[in-house]
Amino acid sequence: MIIEALIGVTFLAALVVFVAPDEYAGKLAAALSALPVLGSLWMWAQYDASGNALLGGSIAFETDIVWLTLGGLDLHWFVGVDGISLPLVVLTTILTTLAIVSAWTPISNRESQFYGLMLFMEANLLGVFTALDFFAWFVFWEAVLVPMYFLIGVWGGPNRRYAAIKFFVYTNVASLVMFIGFIALVFGLGDSVSSMRLPEIAQALRAGALGGFAGLDAATLKTVAFVATFLGFAVKVPVAPLHTWLPDAHVEAPTPVSVMLAGVLLKMGTYALLRFNFTMMPDVATALVVPIAGIAVISVIYGAMLALAQQDLKRIVAYSSVSSMGYVILGLVAYTTYGVGGATFQMIAHGLISGLMFMAVGVIYNTTHTRMVGDMSGIADRMPVTAGIFVAGAFGYMGLPLMAGFAGEFFIFKGSFASTVHSAMPLFTAAAMFGIVIVAGYLLFAMQRTLFGPFSFDGEYEITNAPTHDVAPLAVLLLLVIVLGVAPDLFFGMIQDAVNPILSGGGL
Amino acid sequence: MFDLALQAEPAATWTALAPAILLGLTGLVLLGIDTIRTDEASNALLAAVSAGGSLLAFGTAAWFLVAGTGQERTGGAISLYGDALVVDGMSLFFTLIFTIVTAMVAVASYDYLRDHEYRAEFYSLVLFAATGMTLLSMANSLATVFVSLELASLPSYALVAFLKNDKGSVEAGLKYFLIGAVSSAVFAFGISLVYAVTGSLVLGDVAAAVNAPEMAGVLGIGVLMMIGGFAFKTASVPFHFWAPEAYEGAPAPISAFLSSASKAAGFAVAFRVFVEAFPLGALPAGVDWVIAFQVLAVVTMTLGNFAAATQEKVKRMLAYSSIGHAGYALIGLAALTAGGPNGDVLGASMAHLLVYGFMNTGAFLFIALVEHWGVGRTFEDYNGLASTAPIAAVAMTVFMFSLAGLPPFGGFLSKYALFYSAIEAGFWWLAAVGAINSALSLFYYSRVVKAMWIESPSGDFEIQSRPVGLYAAVIFAGLGTLLLLPAFGPVIETAQTVAATLF
Repeated sequence: MIIEALIGVTFLAALVVFVAPDEYAGKLAAALSALPVLGSLWMWAQYDASGNALLGGSIAFETDIVWLTLGGLDLHWFVGVDGISLPLVVLTTILTTLAIVSAWTPISNRESQFYGLMLFMEANLLGVFTALDFFAWFVFWEAVLVPMYFLIGVWGGPNRRYAAIKFFVYTNVASLVMFIGFIALVFGLGDSVSSMRLPEIAQALRAGALGGFAGLDAATLKTVAFVATFLGFAVKVPVAPLHTWLPDAHVEAPTPVSVMLAGVLLKMGTYALLRFNFTMMPDVATALVVPIAGIAVISVIYGAMLALAQQDLKRIVAYSSVSSMGYVILGLVAYTTYGVGGATFQMIAHGLISGLMFMAVGVIYNTTHTRMVGDMSGIADRMPVTAGIFVAGAFGYMGLPLMAGFAGEFFIFKGSFASTVHSAMPLFTAAAMFGIVIVAGYLLFAMQRTLFGPFSFDGEYEITNAPTHDVAPLAVLLLLVIVLGVAPDLFFGMIQDAVNPILSGGGL
Repeated sequence: MFDLALQAEPAATWTALAPAILLGLTGLVLLGIDTIRTDEASNALLAAVSAGGSLLAFGTAAWFLVAGTGQERTGGAISLYGDALVVDGMSLFFTLIFTIVTAMVAVASYDYLRDHEYRAEFYSLVLFAATGMTLLSMANSLATVFVSLELASLPSYALVAFLKNDKGSVEAGLKYFLIGAVSSAVFAFGISLVYAVTGSLVLGDVAAAVNAPEMAGVLGIGVLMMIGGFAFKTASVPFHFWAPEAYEGAPAPISAFLSSASKAAGFAVAFRVFVEAFPLGALPAGVDWVIAFQVLAVVTMTLGNFAAATQEKVKRMLAYSSIGHAGYALIGLAALTAGGPNGDVLGASMAHLLVYGFMNTGAFLFIALVEHWGVGRTFEDYNGLASTAPIAAVAMTVFMFSLAGLPPFGGFLSKYALFYSAIEAGFWWLAAVGAINSALSLFYYSRVVKAMWIESPSGDFEIQSRPVGLYAAVIFAGLGTLLLLPAFGPVIETAQTVAATLF
């Protein structure tokens, strides 16, 4: 019941904030969003399940009731968490609260609608990470798009209409492709499944119960469905060359929305890849290891190169997300405990660090009203605290030891180097490692030009220290990044426990 | 626990007609009120009586449906007046759609009609049309089909032309009437041909005599002409021309009424006539009406969608989208096969019409609200509406996304159930065409959403009033659209169970 309470309270909070007067909406939203934070932390403290929720492991905080019956396939309200989803739930609640606080300064019109939509999005995100029935999951998955569309389209920058439509159309088409691919798979399973519950489907697929459908034999159907779902999720991740919506969306979106987009929404894609493609169809994933690892490495290198070429601080961070998500794909396809576990850990780490970076860029923008690297220099003199946290966050991004980014990337490299799915995996790993060098290059270069050196600024705004409520979320995020870097086992233990069942059986 | 009362004693069978009788009586009471009270205050009373009467009919139909009246567990369909009418699960299910739409339209009309004359006539015409629709869903003989079709249509013609001083409204009424008259004539001719071949008007007897090979050609022409009559009532290709004109010219609550309830009535009678009178498997070669409906379904949904995408006026866009939705609902007839999961297919189509009754009525009533405010009709005129009327804009957003079939709204599940059942019946290409059309429709629905929320207001407009009735109806429809997602289970199960008994 705790999961229903979590989602329900968040929906309710969204409603309350939506009709609240604009003056209090921000404070009210922050206060109400503390409830899901407490709830998710309580879940983390009480967590006692083990194994993978899809592969017969025990499921924590489980509810399973029939929603409706349709032609022999029941749809269930089936929610619960395991070691993979619980960390993402915690990440979602914490990041939403911090993003709401960081919105107090930049958002100055239609506040109640803005904060209402943020909470509405949080409720649906929680649903995405807890739903274990395909249908319930898909409802939440699609419902996340709606508030995001408005958040970009109403409160975004000058080109917001184009960015919002592009985001909406891109991700909706992707969802349709994915939906058709997955439903074809369920039809192919025929009578061996009686409902849309993901564990049932995953276990039937791994047991080889797939038959043909629509003129395709089982093997072809599985490959087609894998590719369709992979493409559908890859848009969300995003991997090159399906990433072109991301920079537009990020640049136009207001900072708090960028934080949610990079911090949580991208993880929907990698989470779904892990849950669907890599858990349910490991045989296809390992057969396609070369193209998948190739896409991962291209995303890492190409994303980093694109970041190197940008002048806009927000674009730099946006493109570096493409690069970081490439590591996650590489870890997933490695099929080792450190590879897949590290990829899951990297989702959390990147969520915190990219959130931190976007917020820091936002705080600088709130003061300077520009994000162009060439427009400012020596900001650190006037905003030492923000600049300090920015530098620390950037080092986290580069993978400085004792920060969460290091743990995630180290696990991934360790896992993918030792991978046995293909003899070329060490080569792919080595190629991907070059990404780190480029990341260090563009981040150091950007910091050197904007933060350090002699102070110069062309704008007419006075540059002083940012208000406390702008800096506080940054400090909290930095603290979390360091805590997870020092003690990755806070999450990594349960992640590994949930990941290990994926790595054997099912045609591997 | 509900069964006890009715199961023990199958009460006098005419009481099964209670929903239709209640609607007709309410219409008469409205006329009575008008002769007694002619003052200004009567508007509230008229609206309340109309809404109350339709809700009472809704409650009765729902109670019958739960109690099992006319369904298999209490002894099967109740046949009345020499098989001229039949009360079964399907007619009760459709009655739910007609009555709830009528109630919403009546509540919304309270504000819409405030400055108009002849209000009592308006409300009573709506209720008489609803009575006709209810009878249409019960009609079990081609004669009653024709009579109740006219009972539903004639008040509609008058209602479309209700704004006497508005040129568009009168023109729309005339067009609607002329096309309606032509299609009635075609339909009557089709009935006479079928009668010539089979020698009966009662659907069951027609079915028994339908296998007459030497007259197959005449029967085929008769069936084709009857399809034309249904195409008119459901606003499907090739008799869809009237719909955009009529919906745009008519008072917006009437557009809502016609595009939701009247369309559903057309489907109710089409489902019963074709399934009962021309059963698959017993038909002579060349009279395969399923193929005709497959062509109509594909053409209707595609044409409706593409035409909707090119419109500049919101109401006209909704009119074309309503044609597109007729195409989806036609899947209910197009995916039937001898021995296939026909109950599932037909039931899914019925469930879609119920959900459509909420989301489409709501969308047209939002238009009524906007017309009430005096905001223009094009997409640009809707710019920035969300900042002045956020709650109504939220409701309209719900309708638009639900019509497009996006989660988390009722329209998503009903479309899914429809396409799923089509695949189940082996018509995956029909489902594919539907899914593609549905994805494309997001383009024009999201234009409304974009205009309301994202664009800045193009001109200055002030909203002086928050009309209670229109707001109540729009919010009620919005809640219905939303709640039909979690509560879709009983709806689809009921629909598929009652549809299965037809086969």
